[in-house]
Amino acid sequence: MNFVPSQSALDHAGVGAESIAGLFWVMLIGGCLIWLIVVGLAVYAIVVPGQHDQKRTRMLVIGGGAVFPTIVLTALLTYGLAMLPDLQRPAPEGSQVIEVAGVRWWWRIHYRMPDGNRVETANEIHLPVNEPVEFKLKSEDVIHAFWVPSLGGKVDMMPGRENRLKLHPTRVGVYRGVCAEYCGEAHTQMAFDVIVESREDYDEWLRQQASLAVAISDEAEAGRKIFAGSGCGACHSIRGTSADGVVGPDLTHFGSRRSIGASVLPNNADNLTRWIAETHRVKSGVEMPAFETLAEDELRALVRYLGELK
Amino acid sequence: MKDPRADRLLKAWETPKGWRYWSAVNNSEVGLWYTLTAFAFFLFGGVLALIMRVQLALPDNDWLTPDQYNQIFTMHGSVMMFLFAVPILEAISIMLLPEMLGARDLPFPRLSAYGYWCFLIGGVFVCGSLLFGVGPRGGWFMYPPMTTEYQDGIGPDIWLLGLSFIEIASIAAAVELIVGVLKCRPPGMRLNLIPLYAWYILVVAVMILFAFPPLIAGDLLMELERAMDWPFFDVERGGDPMLWQHLFWIFGHPEVYIVFLPSIALVAMMVPTFARTPMAGYGWIVLAAVGTGFLSFGLWVHHMFTTGLPGISIGIFSAASEAVAIPTGVQIFCFIATLLVGRVQRNVCLKFILAGLATFIIGGLTGVMVAIAPFDYQAHDTYFIVGHLHYVLIGGTIFPIVAGFYYYYPFVTGKQLSERLGNITFWLMLIGFNVAFFPMHIAGLMGMPRRVYTFPGGMGFEWPNLISSIGAFGLGAGFLVLLWDVFRPKGKQPLVPRNVWNAGTLEWSGEVPDQPWGIRSIPIINSRYPLWEQENLRADIDAGNFYLPDAEEGRRETLVTSAVDAELMQCLRVPGPSFLPFWAAVFTGGVFIFSTYHWWIPAGCCSALSFATIVTWLWTGTAEIPEKETKPVGLDQSLPLYVSGPAAVGWWAMFITMLGDMTAFISLVFGYFFYWTVHEDFLPEQWNGEPVVGAGTIWPLVSVGLAVVAWCAVVMARRLNRGNHSVGFYSSSLLAVAATVASGAALVWGPYSNGLDPTVHVYSSTTGVLVLWTVVHLALGATMLVYCIARRLFGKMDAMHDADIVNVTLGWHFLLLTVAITGSVLALFPWVA
Repeated sequence: MNFVPSQSALDHAGVGAESIAGLFWVMLIGGCLIWLIVVGLAVYAIVVPGQHDQKRTRMLVIGGGAVFPTIVLTALLTYGLAMLPDLQRPAPEGSQVIEVAGVRWWWRIHYRMPDGNRVETANEIHLPVNEPVEFKLKSEDVIHAFWVPSLGGKVDMMPGRENRLKLHPTRVGVYRGVCAEYCGEAHTQMAFDVIVESREDYDEWLRQQASLAVAISDEAEAGRKIFAGSGCGACHSIRGTSADGVVGPDLTHFGSRRSIGASVLPNNADNLTRWIAETHRVKSGVEMPAFETLAEDELRALVRYLGELK
Repeated sequence: MKDPRADRLLKAWETPKGWRYWSAVNNSEVGLWYTLTAFAFFLFGGVLALIMRVQLALPDNDWLTPDQYNQIFTMHGSVMMFLFAVPILEAISIMLLPEMLGARDLPFPRLSAYGYWCFLIGGVFVCGSLLFGVGPRGGWFMYPPMTTEYQDGIGPDIWLLGLSFIEIASIAAAVELIVGVLKCRPPGMRLNLIPLYAWYILVVAVMILFAFPPLIAGDLLMELERAMDWPFFDVERGGDPMLWQHLFWIFGHPEVYIVFLPSIALVAMMVPTFARTPMAGYGWIVLAAVGTGFLSFGLWVHHMFTTGLPGISIGIFSAASEAVAIPTGVQIFCFIATLLVGRVQRNVCLKFILAGLATFIIGGLTGVMVAIAPFDYQAHDTYFIVGHLHYVLIGGTIFPIVAGFYYYYPFVTGKQLSERLGNITFWLMLIGFNVAFFPMHIAGLMGMPRRVYTFPGGMGFEWPNLISSIGAFGLGAGFLVLLWDVFRPKGKQPLVPRNVWNAGTLEWSGEVPDQPWGIRSIPIINSRYPLWEQENLRADIDAGNFYLPDAEEGRRETLVTSAVDAELMQCLRVPGPSFLPFWAAVFTGGVFIFSTYHWWIPAGCCSALSFATIVTWLWTGTAEIPEKETKPVGLDQSLPLYVSGPAAVGWWAMFITMLGDMTAFISLVFGYFFYWTVHEDFLPEQWNGEPVVGAGTIWPLVSVGLAVVAWCAVVMARRLNRGNHSVGFYSSSLLAVAATVASGAALVWGPYSNGLDPTVHVYSSTTGVLVLWTVVHLALGATMLVYCIARRLFGKMDAMHDADIVNVTLGWHFLLLTVAITGSVLALFPWVA
């Protein structure tokens, strides 16, 4: 799988993104025509010598300056704003509800389950294809904005408010979402992966995410001890173990994720080692302290442990 | 044959020499300094842009740290907006406006000088912070709570205080320009005859007057939160970051037109000259400019489409945003129509105008796109917007200003810029600009957000970014060539002939090289293009056949006329060179700069010194009683030397300033009602276990009552002064002072006796800020009264010469309104709610 997924608003894979892209192409063509006419007229006025009739030019000011834009803009507003109700209408009752909170500089994600429970994960969102999904968007600190260009428009995450957004993916694939509102030092490195998959794959993924941490191999046991002994659990949760911190991302199924550090690096052993040992060189500004003092074998064990948390 | 009148006039308007040059206050000198300084800040901002483009040339680049990059983009936006775009328009206007209006100077030359020095000091302070790595890093929009709770250090304070300081200077310039356009025109130049530039500047100055105060109010709230923990934007204590966004964009959107319209104003001066015909559709253009000004205050929410607002307000603001395209279209078509009607003279100036037009229209069309809310959901906060706004600002502002440089260079220096170098500059800029900014639209649609210090490779962002970076250096090279052309020695080049472009407007009537008097004699004007349409005008001006051809008393004088019909009203004596504005600016700057570091003692000293300097300046330079009541001004006409009330420029300045002041106050009141509208728990009994109290009911009302007493006493004092009842005037004034102090005390006592702690909840901090604002204004009101008492005591004011007390009374009308609104909101609204 290619690490770098699609992030283009024009490479649409969702209902919202598709209708907005359609709007864009229409406006682009119209805009090009208008530009050619107006600039052509100005060039003509300069290049072609000789005076022109005053009365006709007055018609030009009224017609070109006032009447024409009024007609065009009315049409455009009618067409463009007609999309708003559809874009803003919440997903139907019974759709999957996903709560996402922007935190400097990662994403806390809760899936609302039919039984009322909430399953926590971080920085990776799975969606069933061809189904509308309702997002509840919040912030735990500053203003962020939740944006998956290939699927639809963006919505700000405001402290003290809950905003909502509906996404309706239509194509299986991996897409990249980013924070679109400048939120401080590591704003650039606040991204997430969106995996759109078949209903079956999605159900399987969600079932696995809802479960407690998986059993680990003996080799990883040393890593678990280092995790516990280094105080990682003060900030991170691994459900089913003593680690129950709520400050940082939930790591219960960390090994199943595509990337680390809010989609900063592909999730593999080398990158994870770098992340733990030189966190701030990978992503300047993050709250997590770098664990530079861990010995090489300790690091290896810790990385192995986290990797096994599928 | 020497004309002794001309010698006297020259002596009166002589520019000081040596180090005293810097005490000059005349619009020609101050305007020139202002322009050069703003241009220097522009180059600084441009260098920051190039640094960003180097960083973004390659993916995953770590040449800059994110923190450095964040400071640089914050400063790039802030410098370009606050230290270049707004000041350059004021600079050019200070330089050109009096000349276009045949005035010798603006009505308040020392205010221009003060504004300039404030701008220089504030600008250097703000930019300097970057060199020490402590610059602001909150973006030019400074959204809380990031900038309130999550940024330690002084970066945000530098932004808030340093730029507020400059904003206040901008408002001062706006006051000056409004009064200049309305009151300092040549006789006969009715409002429908003024140069289009003056119309545009009038509109823009009024916009500044109403757009900047909300931002200053916002700055005040944010600085109070940062320095004193008053929780205006803290959601934990009932605050709301959305209030900042409203206040910021109520400023920020008109700001776009504040920046854009003056450049269009330059185009409106140049197009008729090069088409050799009067502007087609003068009335349409004026209407369109006024319309743009009005509409621009109703669009701010389109910067907030993604904040989760309800669909109905999004629809309304979408439509309003589109509507502004109509007056813009009218203006563009008027220019094209003028070119069609005329016989066009082609040169590099016109090339820049055409390039500006073509570029701006692209920016306008992408603006129409992003104003459609659904498209904005995708485009907002991406590089598409970066592309869009640069097409608008560089096409709509920079290209016309460069054209203006070519056009007005001979006016300022008597030499011409080179056509050859101009063509090189033109192509470098046009190609460089488009190569730099066009790919940004594509990058944005590909999903590249703004304000990122780098981007990952492999996602298609590489090419658009690399191309942008190359283009940016092309654009930069264009500016280097322009810079060389402007500053290269032109010793051998002969002086240009008078009115080198054969233009029709009055600023081209001057001699080459220009004389410091502005205009030899102030003509009677009865057409829009007097140099084309009024016969023998220049010869009559030169011969001193019109008004004020002489300076018999060696004083600097200019004419004041009525606002609409430009009928003669007064011969205004304007002050000459002085270092007072410089020192006043230094000390005012000290207040802001020391406050940034919380060095309260030096800040206090500076504020005392700045107060003393400004009072000295007012005392020695304003409302001076002349040695005679009237003087002959030429053409057998005599005019008064001293007027007060609505006839006086000082009265207008007071009125306009108070409008701006009230706008800032209303913005604070808007905050109160915003919290009340948006939050159900705005008036809580208690919060986190602590009681939340307001100002109470009795004391605010007592305060209003006392303010009414004070106001009555002020009005009485004005009458008694005019009736020359010396004792009555003093006692009434003293009563007013006492009642003012008591009113302020009552207003403070209410919340104080209630035990109000502004840090508990946003309700208490909002109460606190209204009280604070009002009390400071009451203190100012009392000070102004004491000033009037002193003026009369020292014989600087008497029954006939009462401008001081008349202006203070005018200020007091607004002050009473302020106290009344504060008192009734604080005392009565909790009962209604």
